Amino acid sequence: MSGIATTLRAIARTPAGLLGLVGVGGFIALAYLVPLIVPLQNAVDVANLYRPPSFAHPFGTDFQGRDVLNQIVYGGRDILNIAFLAAFFSTAIAVAFGSLAATVGGRADAAILAVADVVLTVPHLIVLIVVAAIFRPDGVLFIALLLASLQWAGLLRQIRAQTLSLKEREYVEAARALDLGLFHVIFREMLPNMASYVAIHFIFAMTAAVYAQVGLIVLGLVPLSGANWGVMLYLAQSQGAIYFSDSFWYVLSPILAIVLFQLSLVALASGLEDVFNPRLRTA
Amino acid sequence: MIELDRVTRTFSTPGGTITAVSEVSLAFGAGEVMCLVGESGCGKTTTGRLLAGLLRPSSGRLLFDGGDVWATRGADLGRFRRGVQLVHQDPYASLNPVRTVYDTLSAPLFRHGKARGHDGAVRLIRALLERVGLTPPDDLLPKYPHQLSGGQRQRVAIARALTVDPRVIVADEAVSMVDVSIRVTLLDLLLGLRDELGVTIVLITHDLAVARYFARHGRIGVMYLGRVVELAPAERLVADPAHPYTAALIGAVPEADPAVTRAKRRVPLRGTEIPSLLALPPGCAFHPRCPLFEAGLCDVLVPAVLPIPSEREVACHVAVRERTRVAAPA
Amino acid sequence: MTLLSVRDLAIEYASRRGAVQAVRGVSFDVAPGEIVAIIGESGSGKTSLAVGLIRLTPRNARTTRGEVLFDDGIAPRDVLEMDRETLRRFRWRHAAMVFQSALSSFNPVIDIWSQFLDTGRAHGMSDPRAVRERASELLRVVHLDPDRVLRAYPHMLSGGMKQRVLIALALLLGPRLLILDEPTTALDILTQRQIIDLLRELRDRLGFAMVFISHDLSLAAELADRVLTMYAGRIVEEASVSDLFYRPRHPYTVGLMRAVPRLSGEPGALASIPGSPPDLVRPPSGCAYHPRCPFAIDRCRAVDPALVAVDTPAHTAACIRWDAVAAEVGARIA
Repeated sequence: MSGIATTLRAIARTPAGLLGLVGVGGFIALAYLVPLIVPLQNAVDVANLYRPPSFAHPFGTDFQGRDVLNQIVYGGRDILNIAFLAAFFSTAIAVAFGSLAATVGGRADAAILAVADVVLTVPHLIVLIVVAAIFRPDGVLFIALLLASLQWAGLLRQIRAQTLSLKEREYVEAARALDLGLFHVIFREMLPNMASYVAIHFIFAMTAAVYAQVGLIVLGLVPLSGANWGVMLYLAQSQGAIYFSDSFWYVLSPILAIVLFQLSLVALASGLEDVFNPRLRTA
Repeated sequence: MIELDRVTRTFSTPGGTITAVSEVSLAFGAGEVMCLVGESGCGKTTTGRLLAGLLRPSSGRLLFDGGDVWATRGADLGRFRRGVQLVHQDPYASLNPVRTVYDTLSAPLFRHGKARGHDGAVRLIRALLERVGLTPPDDLLPKYPHQLSGGQRQRVAIARALTVDPRVIVADEAVSMVDVSIRVTLLDLLLGLRDELGVTIVLITHDLAVARYFARHGRIGVMYLGRVVELAPAERLVADPAHPYTAALIGAVPEADPAVTRAKRRVPLRGTEIPSLLALPPGCAFHPRCPLFEAGLCDVLVPAVLPIPSEREVACHVAVRERTRVAAPA
Repeated sequence: MTLLSVRDLAIEYASRRGAVQAVRGVSFDVAPGEIVAIIGESGSGKTSLAVGLIRLTPRNARTTRGEVLFDDGIAPRDVLEMDRETLRRFRWRHAAMVFQSALSSFNPVIDIWSQFLDTGRAHGMSDPRAVRERASELLRVVHLDPDRVLRAYPHMLSGGMKQRVLIALALLLGPRLLILDEPTTALDILTQRQIIDLLRELRDRLGFAMVFISHDLSLAAELADRVLTMYAGRIVEEASVSDLFYRPRHPYTVGLMRAVPRLSGEPGALASIPGSPPDLVRPPSGCAYHPRCPFAIDRCRAVDPALVAVDTPAHTAACIRWDAVAAEVGARIA
C-alpha cells in the first residue's frame, strides 16, 4: 500500500500531474460515489423543457425537462467503465504478446506481427461502425471488448520494439545466462523497465476508447440508454437541441464533461513520467 | 574441462559476411587463469561469448566436460549455462536498474533451489557479498544500482555470477570501466575466487599490463583479426614475444615511468591500416603490416597455431621456423 | 611570460541533492609550448576544469569564483569575463579543444570538408579556398591524405583517423593552446601510440602548448613536461614529470602509482586505494583524501591543506605529512 502512496505523491509533485490527479479523481468520485448520494431524476417534467441554468438546475434541463447536471453525474459511469476495460484488455494483449513475440522470435514472432499488421491497416472507425451495426453491442463488456479488439495492435508493435531493445541489455543477458526462465526474464526483468511506457499507453488507450465509444453512440450504433454522456449527445442531436439557444447547456455539458475528463487523463499521463524513474527510488 | 575446438563464428551484415572468430582452439582446465588480449575487432569478446554459450559457433565445437554443448538440450544445456558465467564490462548496464541488490541476487538462488524463503536467501546473500568484499552486507541489500559506485556494482555482478556455483567465469573487460585506483582489488578478487573455489577465470582485456598482472600464474592469449596468434605463460610472453604483432603491441604500450617509456623501442610496422573484417588479407592476416613478412609464404598460407619451445604456441611461419630450428639438436 | 594562468577557479553544478562542487579552487600556469598533464579519476573534476577553461560548461554549471587569464600576445585577458563575441573569437583562434566524446559526436550526415568549412566560417575564416588550403595542409601534418579524407563521411574513418581529424580541426586557426580531454582513451594500443607520437611531433613542430586531461598516468609519463594530480576538485600535487613519477609526495599520487600495473621491469606488488571518491555535494572535512589515506592523522580531518613546496619550489603537494610520504617512497618506487 505504501507503494501506491509514494506513487501518488510523486505524481502530485508536478503541476500537470497534480491537475491530472485532481481531475481524474474528481471524475471517478463523480461517476461512482456521487450517484450513491444523489438519486437519478428520470421524471419527465413537461413544464420545464430546455430551461436555462438556474439555481435548481445548474446546467438547465433537457428536452424532457430533466435536470442536466443529474444526467452528467450519472452519465460518466458507463463511459469510464468502458474506457477502463477497453484499455485494460488492449494493453494486456499488447504487453503479453508483444513481449512474447520479441523474446521468442522466429515463427511465433512473425505470426503475431502479421496479425498485428492486418489489424493496424484496417480502418478502425469503419470496422467499428460495421461491427456495431451488425451486432448491436449493448453491454459494457461487449463494447469494451469490441474497442479493445482493434486497439491492441499499435501498442503491441511498440512493446515488441521496446522488448527487442531491452533484450540486448546486459542484465537481461545475465538473467538468461543464470537460467532464470522465460517468465522471469519477461515479467521480472524487462517489463518493470517498460512500466512507464505501459502506464502512459494505458491512459492514452482510455482516451481513445472514450472517443471511440462516444463516436459510436452519437452515430446511434450502440443501443445504450439511460444516463450517458454519449447518449446525451446523441439525443441532443436527434432532438434538435443544437438548433436552439435555450438548449445550449444540454449540448455543451456532456461535451465539457468528456473534454475535461480527457484533459485530466492526459495531464495525469504527463505527471507519470518521473514516477517510474528508478533513480528517484531510495532504499 | 572446457574447450573451444576449431570454432569459427561469422556474422552477416549489410556489407557482407564478417568472420569474427576463425578456427580458434582454446582448452582450459579447472582453476586456470587466462587473459585474452587484443585490439578492437580481434574477436576476443566474441570468443568470450562463445565460451559462455551466449553465441553459437558457426562451425566447430564447444566442449564442456568432454561433451558437445550445442548437441545437448534441456537439463544438460541448463547445467552448462550455470557452469559458465559472464561478467560484463559496463557496471552501469550489468544490473537491472529497477531491482535491488536483494532482488538481483535472490532470483537465481530461489530459481535453482539453493534457498528457501526470505531468511535463507538473506543468509546466503550475506555470505556472497562478504566474499566479494562488500561489507557490511546488510547495508547493500535494499539498495538500487544507481546508489552504488562502479566498483560496487561490478562486485555485485560477480556475486550474481557466483550464485550458481560456476566453474568458469569469463570477465569481459570487467575492470576497464572502473577507476584505476580500484582495479587491482577487483582483479585480486577474481584471482581469489580461483584460489578458494577452483574457478577457471578468463579475463578479456585490451590492456597488456593488466593482462600481465592478472595472468602472472597463467597464460596470455593474443588475438588478431579473429585468430589466436600467440599463447604463452605471461612472463615469457612479455619478456620474449614470439609473434611480431605481440612484439609490436608490447613496444607500443606507454608505461607509467617517463625514462622507460620515452626510451622504448617501437617495432616498426609496414603499414598502419587495420584490414577490415569484411576483406581479410590472404594467408596470414597480419602480413601487410608484418616486419618479418616473407613473400610467397606469408601472403599465401594461413599459419597454424603450432607449439614452440617452453610450452608456448604461436601462429607465425617465421617464428615457428626460427624457434624450432634453434631448439632442435644440432 | 605565462600563456595561461588559472587563479582559484571554482565551478559547481546544480543537482537534485544540492550544489556539486566539481572544481574547488584550482590554480596553475602554463608556459608557451609547455605540455601539462592533469591526472585524475572519475569525480576528480578534471573534465569540468577542462571545459571550464574555455567556458564550455553545461547549463547547470556555474563558475563561482576565479580567473582564467590568457595572454594572447597583447595582454592577459580573463576568459571568464569575456563577452559572447570576444569569447567566440577567442575560442579556436587562441585556444582550441579536442573532446573525448567527439569521436562519437561527428555529425554522420556531414562530410569532413563541410566540418572544416563550418568551423572556419564560425571563427572568422570566410574564404573557402583559404580554409581548404589550411585544412589540406593540416591533414597532411597529421599524416592523413586530404583528398581522401575531406570527401569522406565520419563512418568511413577509423577511430584513429577521426581523432587525427579532430586534432587537425583544432589546429585550424593556429591556436597557441590545445586542450585535450582523454585524447587516447577510446583508441587501440597501436593507434594510441600513433596519436601520442603525433601530438609530440606537432608540438615540436608548431610550438603550441597543451593541457591534457586523463586518468592514464602512462600518458603523462610519455608526453608531459609537468604533471598535476587532481582529487575531489583540487590540485593535490604539481611537479615536473620526473619529480612526480620518481619523487611523489602526495599520498594520492603514491596510491595511483601503486595501483597501476607495469608491463616492463619487475612485476611489482600492486595495491588499490581503499574506499571511493568523496561526495562532492558534501566533501569530507579537512583534507578530502583523508578517509582513504594511509598517512592520515587526526589533524588531517580538521585542516584542509594548501599546496606547499616540497623538495624544490617547483614541486608542490597539498599534504601536511609529505615528509613522511617522502621517507616511505624513497625506499620503494623506482
